[in-house]
Amino acid sequence: MSVGASVVLRVDDLATLITRLSELGYEVKGPVVRAGAIVSGALSGVGDLPKGVHDEQGPGEYRIAHGDDDHLFDWAVGPSGWKPEFFPPHDELWRARVGDGHVELVEIPDEPRPLAVVGARPCEAAALGVLDRVFIDGAHRDTRYVERRENAFVAVVECSSPAATCFCDSMSSGPNIEVGFDLALTELDDDDGHRFLARVGSVRALAALEGVAFVLASAVDFSARDAVLEGARRRMVRHLDVDGLAGVLARNLEHPRWAEVAERCLSCGNCTLVCPTCFCSDVRDATDLDGDVVRQRTWSSCFSVDHSYLHGGAVRPTTQSRYRQWMTHKLSSWWDQFDTTGCVGCGRCVAWCPVGIDLTEEAAAIVRFDGVTSVTRPSVRSHL
Amino acid sequence: MSADTPVARPTLAVWKFASCDGCQLSLLDLEPELLAITRAVQIAHFTEMTRAHVEGPYDVSLVEGSITTEADVARILEVREQSRYLITIGACAATGGVQALRNFVEPGTYPAMVYAHPEYLRALDTSTPVSAHVVVDYELRGCPIDRFQLLEVILALLSHRRPIVATHSVCQECKARGTVCLAVSGESACLGPVTRAGCNALCPSVGRGCFGCFGPSEGANVGSLMQWLRSHGHADVTLARLLQTFNAAAPAFREVATNLVATKVTLVAQPLMRKERS
Repeated sequence: MSVGASVVLRVDDLATLITRLSELGYEVKGPVVRAGAIVSGALSGVGDLPKGVHDEQGPGEYRIAHGDDDHLFDWAVGPSGWKPEFFPPHDELWRARVGDGHVELVEIPDEPRPLAVVGARPCEAAALGVLDRVFIDGAHRDTRYVERRENAFVAVVECSSPAATCFCDSMSSGPNIEVGFDLALTELDDDDGHRFLARVGSVRALAALEGVAFVLASAVDFSARDAVLEGARRRMVRHLDVDGLAGVLARNLEHPRWAEVAERCLSCGNCTLVCPTCFCSDVRDATDLDGDVVRQRTWSSCFSVDHSYLHGGAVRPTTQSRYRQWMTHKLSSWWDQFDTTGCVGCGRCVAWCPVGIDLTEEAAAIVRFDGVTSVTRPSVRSHL
Repeated sequence: MSADTPVARPTLAVWKFASCDGCQLSLLDLEPELLAITRAVQIAHFTEMTRAHVEGPYDVSLVEGSITTEADVARILEVREQSRYLITIGACAATGGVQALRNFVEPGTYPAMVYAHPEYLRALDTSTPVSAHVVVDYELRGCPIDRFQLLEVILALLSHRRPIVATHSVCQECKARGTVCLAVSGESACLGPVTRAGCNALCPSVGRGCFGCFGPSEGANVGSLMQWLRSHGHADVTLARLLQTFNAAAPAFREVATNLVATKVTLVAQPLMRKERS
């Protein structure tokens, strides 16, 4: 067998694969149910996966429900995604000890166990590709990110059940995946039984499959996959028309819609922190009582006033300017900066916004009134 | 001063006004660091710790509590005069505390409910933040404050740098620690999106919605959040109560709470208190 081959795994074989990854030295993580949501957690076997669990999502709303089926991946996306594994919320970079007339620098080693993700979604794999452009492909490689990414094993499971917040089809980042994985799985359940079509994307995956019982995939399995993906596309209700969108946003920086969305926006930063591609961080030096200094890197959000603070004040002092910055970066200037979209259509910013602001609706409103300078819409404040 | 005491230690004094002492006790809660702190600064006045008293002026004064009496008004001026840096600690000092609920009712309303002989009280009609009386160099929020933020401010002062104290929302701390959003995944009304971080999102991490004890975050859009909660089945009186706790008089909370109950004299706590006392 070689890279590019496709095999069929039964649920028991998936269990063997998880064990095998663990034996190969990986820390195996995948989707697990915690605190009423499907989040990333340690996987010791298929028993940890969200069997029969489904998610319902809408703007500002997320619920899970337990069904009596035995499907493991009949849900869309959870709140966190895989970004925190590669770009942690808090990192200590180095220490310095300030002595008599000298400063001694001490590196803080970053040697996490290689990570194996079993059950990333196609949009999440696409998001890692976007982050790679930021942290790996740019002029300044982030060595910690590079190491985590290069050592990681990513098994993606294609989507059968998009949520009402999903729009990956519009962003060409799902529900299928064609590149950017070690192993790509599709959960199938038809007359031929409950099984996974597994496409091998790397030499690493070949090693992981050693000792796992499988049969080569047939045309029947591939047409079952087509049916799953077709069903997922049909059920995807949310769309973003990306054709020409970057240009429309770039030429509508004074559009009245920005002020309207700012009336609803809490500037809390949730959208940026759940976004699998937002990469902003803040670097600060903390001191302790012994005079030691620790350089820390923490997640930051363009919705914080501090984020744009330069000498004398914040560059983006209003919610309006901060929302505009976020959305135009994500959907427009990201192209100029990284030659790709900053949005993979996972819908997290829609679902996890505490007041349900919908990125696709906001973008569409600006497209609809391209160049218009006055749009009336009832004010939120007038109701209170 | 004893012979083995380093001479260059900055002096630190702790002052109490109308408050419960919880914030100043946070200094004592810094148990592993406490001895090192006393080596770095000289504790000149701190009645929760020692009866020893060193005369001012002081390099740093930590001020807890709100201003609620004529004597407070005079004493806070004195503290200001004696202090190079005046740092307030806690919700009472920053916004007037829970006792600022009195600001919104007829004078004497609450004392009449609570005390058998309210005529013995000598108090102002209002509870006001320290910043309403003197210039404040730095405010630490919270009910109580976070002891690590207090340590951070002391460390920043010692090394002449800016303290690392966030002004953004609690949400950012929930996300950093991986807490699933209670507001979106459950029924819990949570003030996190409009409340300033600093507690490391303590309440949401144990499944309890944020009740805003750190007060409004920078530029908090409280009206929009309340509108959303209203449209999701939360009663106006519940929401007003949510905003009228430890930072009831913070303008961003106060304005919206007033609009929610639609009358100047809100007193949402009154029926409850009467019931309990009858």
